[in-house]
Amino acid sequence: MERNHHLHRQLANLRQSFFDQGYLDEQFIQLEELQDDANPNFVEEVVTLFYKDSARLIHSIDQALEKHPLDFAKLDSYMHQFKGSSSSIGAKKVKIECTQFGEYCRAGNVEGRCKRTFQQLKREYAVLRKKLEAYFQFVRQIGPIETASRPN
Amino acid sequence: MAGDYSLSGAQELHVLAVDDSHVDRKVIERLLKISCCKVTAVESGRMALQYLGFDGEKSSLGIDELKVNLIMTDYSMPGMTGYELLKKIKGSSTLSKIPVVIMSSEKILARIDRCLEEGAKEFLQKPVKLSDVKRLKDFILRGENDNKETEEMKQVSCPRKRKLQDCSSSPKCSSTPLLKHSLLKHPKIA
Repeated sequence: MERNHHLHRQLANLRQSFFDQGYLDEQFIQLEELQDDANPNFVEEVVTLFYKDSARLIHSIDQALEKHPLDFAKLDSYMHQFKGSSSSIGAKKVKIECTQFGEYCRAGNVEGRCKRTFQQLKREYAVLRKKLEAYFQFVRQIGPIETASRPN
Repeated sequence: MAGDYSLSGAQELHVLAVDDSHVDRKVIERLLKISCCKVTAVESGRMALQYLGFDGEKSSLGIDELKVNLIMTDYSMPGMTGYELLKKIKGSSTLSKIPVVIMSSEKILARIDRCLEEGAKEFLQKPVKLSDVKRLKDFILRGENDNKETEEMKQVSCPRKRKLQDCSSSPKCSSTPLLKHSLLKHPKIA
């Protein structure tokens, strides 16, 4: 059916845009390759765990940033966890923001920058989450396709 | 719970994965299952030691079939780090023979050296890939020569690999060239 083919092409283009625009990297493809007929929703399941972890960490960091003086070691630990999970799903931009935030934490003396970087990180995370939620909803609507192709 | 037997009747490699990250536990579990390993995933070093029956604690391992053949642990964990877990395992008379692999997102040479010196079999950089796990499985099986149990494990057929080979000629096959390639790099696996 032509409409179906058109939708699949739309989905493929949407997916490709994530790589082209730097939201996702190679690791996301590694996860896609772990999907099969017996585990058709593996990537979405992992990403859902990522949302859960991220929500918890964002809350913890928000709270930690309210304390005076800032506990930089604690913040660094939270950031390490956040960076780890974003790396595990291939969330490229979020990972970069985490690295930046981690650097300011380790520098330990730039409270303003720390907070500003974190706001930036929260924004990037929100953008990614919105995109991925829309993507997986689309996938569920039109059925699975051969998505595991390399980005340019 | 009896051990998992493959179609050929031989036993699968049983891996204990230790990681405080829920995301990473799910991924490593999948990587190992695809590689035809039985997986037990726990979230801390303390739980790992409990599972292994360290220090005479009541072990979950009641029978031989549940014996752990490999431990894969994250380095940075709250409470007990992967390094501390490694030391405890290598210091235990009953558990020291189990190979331990450390996983870390950070490539700090001093850390890697320390772990290898303490007896870690390998140090894997996160995120861990399917090719890492395949290579590791091969390495572990090869390292345990003259072991009847290991010889049996080598005979374990890995159905998923067969499925990929079978469907390679079909245009609807969802396997990718990259995945097929990483499997074919180690033709001797299963």
